[in-house]
Amino acid sequence: MQAVKVYNTRDVDELILLDIEATPENREPDYDLIGSLAEECFVPLAVGGGVRNVETVRQLLRVGADKVCINTAAYSSPHLVSEAAERFGTQCVVVAIDVRRHADGRCECYENCGRTPNGHDPVEWSKRVERLGAGEILLTSIDRDGTMEGYDLQIVRDVSKEVNIPVIASGGAGSYDDMLQAIRAGGASAVAASSMYLFTQNTPLEAKAYLAARGVAVRRQHKGSS
Amino acid sequence: MSVLIVDYGMGNLGSAQRSFEECGAKVRVSDDPGSVSEADRIVIPGVGAFSEAMRRIHRMGWYDGLRRAALEDRIPVLGICLGMQLLADSGEEGGSTEGLKLIAGRVCRLDNVGGERLPHVGWNEVYPRDGCALFRDIPSGTDFYFVHSYRLVPARAESLAASTPYCGEFASAVSQDNIFGVQFHPEKSSRAGFQVIRNFLAI
Repeated sequence: MQAVKVYNTRDVDELILLDIEATPENREPDYDLIGSLAEECFVPLAVGGGVRNVETVRQLLRVGADKVCINTAAYSSPHLVSEAAERFGTQCVVVAIDVRRHADGRCECYENCGRTPNGHDPVEWSKRVERLGAGEILLTSIDRDGTMEGYDLQIVRDVSKEVNIPVIASGGAGSYDDMLQAIRAGGASAVAASSMYLFTQNTPLEAKAYLAARGVAVRRQHKGSS
Repeated sequence: MSVLIVDYGMGNLGSAQRSFEECGAKVRVSDDPGSVSEADRIVIPGVGAFSEAMRRIHRMGWYDGLRRAALEDRIPVLGICLGMQLLADSGEEGGSTEGLKLIAGRVCRLDNVGGERLPHVGWNEVYPRDGCALFRDIPSGTDFYFVHSYRLVPARAESLAASTPYCGEFASAVSQDNIFGVQFHPEKSSRAGFQVIRNFLAI
């Protein structure tokens, strides 16, 4: 809760809440917790983790999520993506794609909280989910996640150029310049970060100032009273 | 100040309610069309398709009461996102459907001739027309949060309250007398959004 309030006042553009162990642990989302967080969140809130059917999507939207992230379930039940898009609108369906790069340079999709390779090629899968009705793609490099060594620019670029829906780059942000590269060189529509904000002195405000100074269109701050 | 948020089964009622409460209003979320009579302000939220929304509005009995409250009783009305689009004469999403006919114009898909990604999702600048009450104390070009694929094209130039550059340019806000619409989500636009809400309450 405190984190949400802090992020509110630090002017992040959007919050993504992912209960990544929900699928491996076969759990439902914690609707009460999400509801309380949503009440304090005055920027868009995307929620994922353990979303396996349309009823869960409905419930999450009902308790206050603006968007729902689907990852593992999309592989076994692709119709879940199209059903959710049809019922609630593509704007609330984010398909999360977790990727590992193998030693030979080839990338593969992983499911079940990054544990299980499933043979899908991330670029082909991205195109498929776009056709199914995904409104956005949250593309995470598992290898880079938490390392703060920079995004996997190649996979960001490979996916961004093949789809016409926004791609959010995730996994590896360690500096403001990493974010700039993901947008400029990678073609990402948005950049996500977590470790960088938690473990360095970098702030979302400074990140946006850095990007704006280099010609990236970012949300300007409104200096109103809170 | 009593605000009615119209519940016709489609929309992020919770976040709309929370943000109006944060701005000091007493909020009632209701699916009972009779509740328009007690409202000082009416908010029409909306997420989803135009045709489905109008079907529900008719089926639940909101149509006449909303129009009377807006046109005869002159209660300030704010349509948000799909709610703004519903103010129009008609919309083409989900097949051609008549709207609430409160602001002359029609709703059509954003024209992404420049290869822009759709839906239009994310923060984008809003440039208000001078003197629009909704944007008092908000610098021109302030960003608000958008998520939509369709837009309202006002039939009359005077109804255009603000515009935003995307797929050319589209009307990000409309107004006519006591009737207002914003294409963005003020309840999801942090401080700038609160200011729009406060301005609407102060009308």
